[in-house]
Amino acid sequence: MRNIFNYIDRPSPVHRLTGATKFICLLLWSFAAMSTYDTRLLVLLTVLSFVLFYISKIRLRDVSFLLSFMAVFMILNNILIFLFSPQHGVTLYGTCHELFSLGGRYVVTKEQLFYHLNLVLKYFATIPIVLLFVCTTNPSEFAASLNRVGVRYTIAYSVALALRYIPDIQKSYHEISQAQQARGIEMSKKQNLVKRLKSASTILIPLILSSMDRIDVISNAMELRGFGKGKKRTWYMARPFKAADIAAMAVCALLLGASITLNVINGGRFWNPFV
Amino acid sequence: MNEPIVEFKNFGFQYNAQAEPTLYDINLKIHKGEKVLIAGPSGCGKSTLAHCINGLIPFSFRGESTGTVTIMGRETKDLSLFEISKTVGTVLQDSDSQFIGLTVAEDIAFALENDCVGEPEMHDRVQKAAQIVNIESHLLHAPSELSGGQKQRVSLAGVMVDDVDVLLFDEPLANLDPATGKSAIELIDEIHKETGAAVIIIEHRLEDVLHRDVDRIVLMKQGRIISDTSPDVLLSSDLLLENGIREPLYLTAIKYAGVKVTEEMLPHSIRSLKLSDDDRGSVVSWFRSTPPRVREENRPYLLRAKNITFSYSSGHRALTDVSVDVRKGELIAIVGTNGAGKSTFSKVVCGFEHEQEGEIEFTGCDWKNMSLKERADHVGYVMQNPNQMLSKPMIYDEVALGLRTRGLSEDEIRPRVEKTLKTCGLWPFRNWPVSALSFGQKKRVTIASILVLEPEMIILDEPTAGQDYRHYTEIMEFLRDLNSEGVTVVMITHDMHLMLEYAERSVVFTDGAVIADDTSAGILTDPDIIKRANLKETSLYDLAVMCGIEEPREFVQRFIDYEREVFRS
Repeated sequence: MRNIFNYIDRPSPVHRLTGATKFICLLLWSFAAMSTYDTRLLVLLTVLSFVLFYISKIRLRDVSFLLSFMAVFMILNNILIFLFSPQHGVTLYGTCHELFSLGGRYVVTKEQLFYHLNLVLKYFATIPIVLLFVCTTNPSEFAASLNRVGVRYTIAYSVALALRYIPDIQKSYHEISQAQQARGIEMSKKQNLVKRLKSASTILIPLILSSMDRIDVISNAMELRGFGKGKKRTWYMARPFKAADIAAMAVCALLLGASITLNVINGGRFWNPFV
Repeated sequence: MNEPIVEFKNFGFQYNAQAEPTLYDINLKIHKGEKVLIAGPSGCGKSTLAHCINGLIPFSFRGESTGTVTIMGRETKDLSLFEISKTVGTVLQDSDSQFIGLTVAEDIAFALENDCVGEPEMHDRVQKAAQIVNIESHLLHAPSELSGGQKQRVSLAGVMVDDVDVLLFDEPLANLDPATGKSAIELIDEIHKETGAAVIIIEHRLEDVLHRDVDRIVLMKQGRIISDTSPDVLLSSDLLLENGIREPLYLTAIKYAGVKVTEEMLPHSIRSLKLSDDDRGSVVSWFRSTPPRVREENRPYLLRAKNITFSYSSGHRALTDVSVDVRKGELIAIVGTNGAGKSTFSKVVCGFEHEQEGEIEFTGCDWKNMSLKERADHVGYVMQNPNQMLSKPMIYDEVALGLRTRGLSEDEIRPRVEKTLKTCGLWPFRNWPVSALSFGQKKRVTIASILVLEPEMIILDEPTAGQDYRHYTEIMEFLRDLNSEGVTVVMITHDMHLMLEYAERSVVFTDGAVIADDTSAGILTDPDIIKRANLKETSLYDLAVMCGIEEPREFVQRFIDYEREVFRS
């Protein structure tokens, strides 16, 4: 059972950036990648993200689960777009270079392939960065970083606590389900849906009730130690921004700037090489 | 005498949700540097009293109060919870669920962070607090990497970063094994001496707290303070027994021997206890005249676990070559520290996990290919926290659940459920919702919901955790009755009283292996096993040595047998 953050502690320049820097960079980078379909910028972002991933010393097998999950999602996304709107590229780019036909309305065009290429590039430009944030941000710094970008600390802390309790809840789910199975509750897929829902309730109700007890204790403990007293708080794990942090944010801001500029130059989100 | 730090004057309190007041007419002063133990049975109001001191009342729990509570001369209702927390530091009972930070350092720093203390100062103060409780080498560890005792140290450091004047401990021993509990009491004592803060300990395990001196014991009953005096005075009275608090075992023993306990004997600790030659003589002659109980013949085996080895999928080796035999009709304890493998062993027996090596035989049948559900017809498992098992709103349905899932008709179910409810003393509550029950009653419902399946053996994980003496006795006597009706009972525990008083035999686990399998009296008088399993020698042993009895083990055994007879009659 893994923590959702899956923090992997290795010495790298990416790890040394503060959590807040990484969070801000993630936001800037994603906006940059999302707001344009300009192939040139997307290629640049993809190359950069691969380089960063390499620098961070995170290995592919560390993130294989998340990666395969996202790969499936990406492929599905592409297939669905083609199924529902095979001429989307033609509409977007205004020209039509037919390559071959798959029968009926499914005619493959250069435009459509180019659109899919851009879509795939977007995935490649952002996924490594998301993974980097997940794997190189110390969970302790997460709440602090949210707070730094303006989220109220009470909310930031609740989010961090909730994420932290996920493994605990998984563990008690496991224990409860074992004890209930011993009383004869079937959890197998052989049962019909109604029965399975009923079985699930015999695990979920105790799980919720015992979790509520815990929430009660922890919120008392937090209040007793002054949580919620002031409008601000400091963070033990907070680190001051260093030159590298400023540089990283500046580069990401530039990338977003480039993305916006390209939108203006291209007169829209799409760069059209066909005219 | 200096000004009191905490003072209650004619104070009373009633929770909004309750029909009766919880506290009546409380008058109590606690001075700077004092060390006070507040004792009393569950429901006597001692936790409510603690809430009034740390400000959770009136700020988090709503209710009507009369009279006043002042801290440093100011009424708590004119302060805020945060101001109070600067003076009163609270260490809650369950140090696991009050662990807020993701690492030790962050948890200690929590109060400072909320106070907007700057980083360099914060790091400095965290370091100092960590040094006082001796946890500074673990600053970057996550809670899951700490033992129960270490977590408690972290909670303590977390309130000490604030230089509080009052340290309030709510049942500090509840979740600790005996040896860790002992060092916790020692640590509290050291901190008390070093910082000069007033220490208030709320606990019903009197003997364990008195391992180090306290100035006063405040005894509560039904919302009132019924005694506020020195330990020696209290222990030489009968107030404890009358109010359902267990007195130290060595005192029970000398009372059995006909010795009258007086204040001059300094009865607050076995080390200070002064016995005259006559008193010693009485103890020895009581020992000689108490006949050893006749042990029963060996009964046939019910469960035989042979050479079990088990590792979790993470590769962690949890059991190594474990062999345990349980005979029909036995009541035994499985003891050991957290992570010693006792829970894992019971999970393997119940079929929740599967052994990699070794075999399990039940009434002579090989259990290799028995499913979890099939095993459950023979062995029932009761979890520690009843809230983790209860899933139906009504008691009847909860108990009937296991039978319904086995496809029995309602006509077959009804008599079995009713019979079980009667056995478990739940008949008067049969139409009640589960939510209206107390913790101990809920525990009974979970036991009933297992018993209704008529297993030959039940395994209970910490059956008495968090219970005071009266509820503890209630649950244990109930288990003993079940046992005498033929149900074999296996209890997982680190409560020494429980193993001593109720388990004929104990199996001791350490690091995934069985290191001892003997009578409980034998184990608790064996210094080597005690040390390796994080147990604590019983004070009866010291008493025997003190009186020059050469067979301390036999002395302990006879004490238990004698007490059992007294209890029965």
